[in-house]
Amino acid sequence: MIIKIAQLFFRFLFLVALQVLVLNHIQWSGYINPYVYAFFILMLPIETPKWLLLIIAFILGLVIDMFSDTGGMHAAATVLIAWARPGVLRLIAPRDGYEPETKLSPQVLGFRWFLTYTSMLILLHHLVLFYVEVFRFSEFFSTFFKAVLNAGITVLLIILGQYLFGRGNRHERFIG
Amino acid sequence: MRNLFLFLWRYNFFIFFLLLEVLCGYLIIRNKSFQRSSFVNSASQVSARVNSSISGITEYINLKNANEALARENAGLKSLYPDVYYVDSALKRLANDTIYKQQYTFITARVINNSVNRRNNYLTLSRGEKHGVAQEMGVITSDGIVGIVKDVSEHYSSVMSILHKDSRISARIKKSGYIGSFVWGGYDPFKGELKDIAKHVKVMPGDTIVTSAFSAIFPEGIMIGTVNEVNTETGSNFQEISVNLSVNYGSLRHVYIVQNNMRAEQINLEENQHDN
Repeated sequence: MIIKIAQLFFRFLFLVALQVLVLNHIQWSGYINPYVYAFFILMLPIETPKWLLLIIAFILGLVIDMFSDTGGMHAAATVLIAWARPGVLRLIAPRDGYEPETKLSPQVLGFRWFLTYTSMLILLHHLVLFYVEVFRFSEFFSTFFKAVLNAGITVLLIILGQYLFGRGNRHERFIG
Repeated sequence: MRNLFLFLWRYNFFIFFLLLEVLCGYLIIRNKSFQRSSFVNSASQVSARVNSSISGITEYINLKNANEALARENAGLKSLYPDVYYVDSALKRLANDTIYKQQYTFITARVINNSVNRRNNYLTLSRGEKHGVAQEMGVITSDGIVGIVKDVSEHYSSVMSILHKDSRISARIKKSGYIGSFVWGGYDPFKGELKDIAKHVKVMPGDTIVTSAFSAIFPEGIMIGTVNEVNTETGSNFQEISVNLSVNYGSLRHVYIVQNNMRAEQINLEENQHDN
């Protein structure tokens, strides 16, 4: 249990550092700024209580906000996906439901399941974030395009990260 | 009453979610206003320190460019030095303190955090209250204007870049003297727009756009950019003018914070006018 919490804590630090030190500084064509940190909420263990999800999301969002001068925009978007997560998990559950302590990774639940899961929540996160940032209807379509493009890049980065670093659990699929 | 509690208990998760979202909304609105500074910003101690050490590294890498820019500016300043000039007239003028009252003072600052790719961009500077920085002071560099100070902590300040949705700067076409307002259209950190210039005014590509004397924030005649494209065939009475910005906002290192010593006087006077 303690090891698991320590693992999650390090993942939190890693994702925040990656976002704040690297991804926030991409200055390429003015369109590209993926927000990979939201992946932390998607990856939390399946048995995490709902209220704890919301609190963790709020803290994560505020930390990112603190580094990028955005008030509470990231917190708002992250809390929203934390709220939506249990519903999305129920919506796309496998036929016999989830087994206890299932790891939410493509190695365990399959690539298509993982792709649907991440793209639904990441797209929701990016749409909310970009619309709150612009807060104006006159730029509706350009904002939409920007949100979808960045959500795509974020999902791509997450999947790459999963196959590069999500180690060791390949055999679980055959056992469980 | 019992039903109310039952209701609250049943939907506790949703109500908790709503509460957190309302709190976020409050923080966002608070962050937007100039007058009340927010507490979630990059001028806060922890994030500013991290940003400061990171910028130390990138600054070292970019030392060569920074040196070149400073040398250029030195050369420019040297040519203004009185000893450079040959005094052609025998007449001597006496400069008197009662005539030359200093209006602007400049505070140098280092950029420790910066962005150009969002819709609303901010910078963090390494100067704060301790060095005399206050809200709504202008920020410029040797190439042109940069932004307006939004929040100040003891050692750091956070600046709203002119690459921001709400930035609107009173600008003048240097050649003809017509006044318009400069805004950033979004997406391209190298281009902006000049608005409110009537159709009869002749504007040519390449014309220089500078700040006007109207704002109490920037000194007059600070460079904004040059005209890129002019479109007079619009539906309104005004032209559409696209401007090439003179500053490369992606590579800002050293900037100056402008302190207007007569700002309070100007603002007071102008406010009196509104009351009448």
